[in-house]
Amino acid sequence: MSEQVEQLIRKEYAAGFHTDIESETLPPGLNEDVIRFISAKKNEPEWMLEWRLKAYKIWLTMEEPEWAHVHYPEIDFQSISYFSAPKSYEDRPKSLDEVDPDLIETYNKLGIPLHEQEMLAGVAVDAVFDSVSVVTTYRAKLEEAGVIFCPISEAVHRFPDLVKKYLGSVVPQRDNYYSALNCAVFSDGSFVYIPKGVRCPMELSTYFRINEMNTGQFERTLIIADEGSHVSYLEGCTAPQRDENQLHAAVVELIALDNAEIKYSTVQNWYPGDENGKGGIYNFVTKRGICHTRAKISWTQVETGSAVTWKYPSCILKGDHSIGEFYSVALTNNHQQADTGTKMIHLGKNTKSTIISKGISAGKSQNAYRGLVRMGSSAAGARNYTQCDSLLIGDRCGAHTFPYIESAHPSAIVEHEATTSKVSDDQMFLCQQRGLDPEKAVSMIVNGFCREVFKQLPMEFAVEAGKLLEVSLEGSVG
Amino acid sequence: MLTIKDLCASVEDKEIIRQLSLEVKPGEIHAIMGPNGAGKSTLGNVLSGRPGYEATSGTIDFKGLDLLDMDPEIRAREGLFLAFQYPVEIPGVSNMELLKAAVDARRSHTGQPELSAIDFMKMAREASKAVDLDQSFLKRGVNEGFSGGEKKRNEIMQMMLMEPSLCILDETDSGLDIDALQVVARGVNAMRSPDRSFIVVTHYQRLLDFIVPDYVHVLANGRIVKSGDKSLALELEAKGYSWLEDEVA
Repeated sequence: MSEQVEQLIRKEYAAGFHTDIESETLPPGLNEDVIRFISAKKNEPEWMLEWRLKAYKIWLTMEEPEWAHVHYPEIDFQSISYFSAPKSYEDRPKSLDEVDPDLIETYNKLGIPLHEQEMLAGVAVDAVFDSVSVVTTYRAKLEEAGVIFCPISEAVHRFPDLVKKYLGSVVPQRDNYYSALNCAVFSDGSFVYIPKGVRCPMELSTYFRINEMNTGQFERTLIIADEGSHVSYLEGCTAPQRDENQLHAAVVELIALDNAEIKYSTVQNWYPGDENGKGGIYNFVTKRGICHTRAKISWTQVETGSAVTWKYPSCILKGDHSIGEFYSVALTNNHQQADTGTKMIHLGKNTKSTIISKGISAGKSQNAYRGLVRMGSSAAGARNYTQCDSLLIGDRCGAHTFPYIESAHPSAIVEHEATTSKVSDDQMFLCQQRGLDPEKAVSMIVNGFCREVFKQLPMEFAVEAGKLLEVSLEGSVG
Repeated sequence: MLTIKDLCASVEDKEIIRQLSLEVKPGEIHAIMGPNGAGKSTLGNVLSGRPGYEATSGTIDFKGLDLLDMDPEIRAREGLFLAFQYPVEIPGVSNMELLKAAVDARRSHTGQPELSAIDFMKMAREASKAVDLDQSFLKRGVNEGFSGGEKKRNEIMQMMLMEPSLCILDETDSGLDIDALQVVARGVNAMRSPDRSFIVVTHYQRLLDFIVPDYVHVLANGRIVKSGDKSLALELEAKGYSWLEDEVA
């Protein structure tokens, strides 16, 4: 069956291949056959296919959410192509030498030279090019520590029990419109398992990249930190310029078992569209983690890209004494729109959460913080501290704050602080009087504003984040 | 160094400086005194190019360059430094970070190589010592949580590191106690050199006990109404400004 479909598709759409790296791209459209094709391409077991189909049926009954403070033309889900894989997938390279040189060059353009990465102390890279993971380094070294870090498509085969047990356990199939879609058509992504008591010997890192025209990117990431283990995961992505809007609906699930700790850092710079608001990525992401007893999950994100961002990395603090953290910098420029924040769901006793959100709006952009802090009826002694700061550059942009606080336990304490400020003329002039040009001045002031969040990032990432802000702010002054 | 000819300047369409002329030669210290609202601070702001302060006529020559034709950051890189009356806070940006960028901008503009982080650190430590600021101030956010006196000493430290050719001190003495005043004066005096000039804007004669000017000018209603040597400052101290305003009127 799958063979036939494959041949059919190759025949009809051979002319449609457009990159130098030959890829197999499905024609636009979504139906059960498409899902079966995706599943067959990956040689998935029956249970995985069934799971996808179930999600698809749920998705069909759902409606796109409209509550976010963002506006964009209606998405035609039938005009999106749901599968694309570099050809070399069938014959996975054993080393970097076997990798398509074009691919390596693309990475080099993005400043991610794999040869150097191999030597980079302590960083293992599971590089995702389009939908399929092509190169995985340091695997052996990680496995020595018992750490599993592999494409999720591979984990489905190698660790079916773990995948069955945890996939969809934090973000259920019917959680929301985009997560249901992701469950049905997810392309690939990372799978991480840290065994009991193991401290992952290096930071795990994934780079993303969208390359195909009109190809939705549906990443699926599952990270399981077993009891008493510790892992730091870095996610960074970049996309090339293009005209048409692209949908990106990823799902990330984190499971921190008793006394485990997961630190998840993101630098997101998908193509934001041009200065007139044309093009750019629609980034509708569901990220959520669950903390068992005394476990800790820390989300740090630097969001500078995408035309529209809809993203709320959240923590379910199920276990007593568990801790959730959310550190965020969201920068919008030109016509970008962001509605981002977090949800801290306190269920266990003495659970603690911290939210530090820094929103920067420039150009004609709209930037909203939306955060929920819920103290459940069993959350005795729970505490939350939220600090939400907005910085405006110019007078044509907007900053919005939508905090939701629900407390069902009298002993729970929730603190919320919010400020809105402008980059003042006095600050700008001080910098200029010290010889800095206006763009450098703005970037320095904005970087200072974000310092509290940046210091949560691993070192290399913090530097990258600073540069990214500078680039993203180009044209916002003068 | 600086030649101002028939300068008129306004803020929000209101004329503040009227037909002001002033010549500052290399190595000289000029004090600008005058009552509140005379246009003293406006002069410093016009010279440094602060947005909103518009020169409507006249010319300003700075080291052979047309000052009014230059962006504020270029004036700074050319060696014009303004020590602010009210230094503003920039949260999260460390003093070091701002200063390194500032010094690098000036050096690269004048064709000098950028300083290494180590050399810069050494210079910055010396400068902070010279103005009695603890080294921890270098790592703190720019003026963030500084007391009034600390802010002013921080300005002088920046001035030392920038090695400007023309230093404008805008009421640097306001809000300073006598000890801090002496620290500031010591810093300024240490920087005196034959190729560096100062314009010291002040309301009170007190600062001039410590920074002895070559010339004193009295500004009233946007004009220089009287110029003299340091004895003029003492006369003003004794008699106030009103007699001069009356004289002009």
